[in-house]
Amino acid sequence: MTATPLPSARPAPKAPLLRKHPLHDRDRRMAIALAAPSILATAIFVYGFIGWSVRVSLSNWTGLMPDYSFAGLRQYIDLASDGRFGIDVRNTAIFTVFFLVACLALGLFLAILLDQRLKGENFFRSVYLFPMAISFIVTGVVWRWLMNSASGTRISGLNLLFQEMGLDFFSRWHLTDPPWGIAFVVIPAVWQMSGFTMALYLGGLRSISEDLREAARVDGASELQTYRYIILPLLQPVTLSAVIILGHISLKIFDLIVAISQNSIALDVPSVYMWRTTFDGNNYGQGAAIGIIMLVTVALLIVPYLIYSMRTEAEQ
Amino acid sequence: MNATRARDWTRPVLYLMLIGMAVFYLLPVYVLLITGLKSFAEVDLQRMWDLPQGIHFDNFIAAFEKLAPNLWNSLRMVIPAALISSMVGSVNGYIFSKWKFKYSDTIFTLILFGMFIPYQSILIPLVQFMERLGLRGSITGLVLVHVIYGIAITTLIFRNYYAGVPTEVLEAGRIDGAGFLGLYRHIVFPLSIPAFVVVLIWQFTQAYNDFLFAVVLTGNRTWPITVALNNMAGSQIVQWNVQMAGALLTALPTLLIYILLGRFFLRGLMAGALKG
Repeated sequence: MTATPLPSARPAPKAPLLRKHPLHDRDRRMAIALAAPSILATAIFVYGFIGWSVRVSLSNWTGLMPDYSFAGLRQYIDLASDGRFGIDVRNTAIFTVFFLVACLALGLFLAILLDQRLKGENFFRSVYLFPMAISFIVTGVVWRWLMNSASGTRISGLNLLFQEMGLDFFSRWHLTDPPWGIAFVVIPAVWQMSGFTMALYLGGLRSISEDLREAARVDGASELQTYRYIILPLLQPVTLSAVIILGHISLKIFDLIVAISQNSIALDVPSVYMWRTTFDGNNYGQGAAIGIIMLVTVALLIVPYLIYSMRTEAEQ
Repeated sequence: MNATRARDWTRPVLYLMLIGMAVFYLLPVYVLLITGLKSFAEVDLQRMWDLPQGIHFDNFIAAFEKLAPNLWNSLRMVIPAALISSMVGSVNGYIFSKWKFKYSDTIFTLILFGMFIPYQSILIPLVQFMERLGLRGSITGLVLVHVIYGIAITTLIFRNYYAGVPTEVLEAGRIDGAGFLGLYRHIVFPLSIPAFVVVLIWQFTQAYNDFLFAVVLTGNRTWPITVALNNMAGSQIVQWNVQMAGALLTALPTLLIYILLGRFFLRGLMAGALKG
């Protein structure tokens, strides 16, 4: 049985190993020395490189040769009026909203369904979760064929399936139509990530004590009321975690879009634009600026969360 | 017996919903499989949902011939990356949970941040740097990158795992005269096997499924399979059925791990998701 223990729920103990004994100084120095390479690597490859990217984003660098001549905020200002970047921002916003809502709703629904102690629970859970193990590139390649929007005699994929089932109404999507084409790309993304959301919620549901549900029942609450007034409020921290994780995936989404859009601008997102403009167009300054804008967006979501979890851990 | 057991008439409805959802998740697998098993003569986009007539491996063979070198590239990149990552993570986790030093919690949080950044924000310096080291285009370079950007998650998983090892156990070892390394070797490391499995699986999957680092850091001779598959899908020459077979081939290694070791896979997922 699985209510997987969340390893993260355990805080590291506050008191370090025998802190005060003088003989331990040598060991402590060794600990620091062994942690040093990782700390240094993070300092260089994460923080140093971010700084370097910021510098590139403030330059005129276009072309293969590095050019660090100072351009001020020119790259950012140009992006603000860049049509393609405007599409990217809109696409990311649409994608993120649909993706979050669909994953949370479906994840919660599946978790509650699986929480009914039905036979075959393990099997169904595995089926809902397996797409997580697969590369977004695979997902993109497969779903591109499934969501092929050709019509008439060349109809194929899901559209064909719907037509054969007499559900023609559904066979109307067009991936390449702005601005809602990107909303359809949410389908494969949800296919891949909703199982994960389900696993998070199921972990949450399983950690709610049976006594609590029993107490609600004794008080005359129906199954529905128990969920509405007792269980859902207790799942709020899970929702927060899920929003953080899914949100940062969504803001960074890259491989899925590359594989599914195959260069269609209608489905463009900042991460793809950054890659194209930098490595195909040699617009390094512009690419760096997009990268930094992405970083700031993700940081707005992640930093408060990290600080919050560090504080709560310190209080424990 | 069970208080949450649903009323009798609701059970069939619940099963129907479970099965309906399972169809949604398995639909692409169905298409992948039946397409893969069709002969070239049978392949037709307008009949893609029809069952194959007999079992053929034309598509798989065609895909395998194209992707085998890339699959090999992936494996010889991913295995060292996962092994090194897990060692680094284990030592870090031991230090950040049991040998805290001044500001170590703050440093740990700063390391964790690296787990969330969009790699586009470090991509240009990374490429320049690897170019200068002469590692761009090599498998070694990609291994290094996966190890470095894996520090955050691997340290996190091990740190959380070691937090569950009671400090008293280590203190007992301490009284027996073991130092930093002795405690690790004789007490902590032997206890870590489950965490190693989680981290190995996690890093294997991450590095194998990666596309962004691979596409900017490798060349056509060192492309891992994800990059090769994407190029194949983008080319007009390769038929869609071969692309499908290629997709299944690409998914196979991580899928096998998921099927065989799903429990550990899930645990890595959770650790990646939740902190503190």
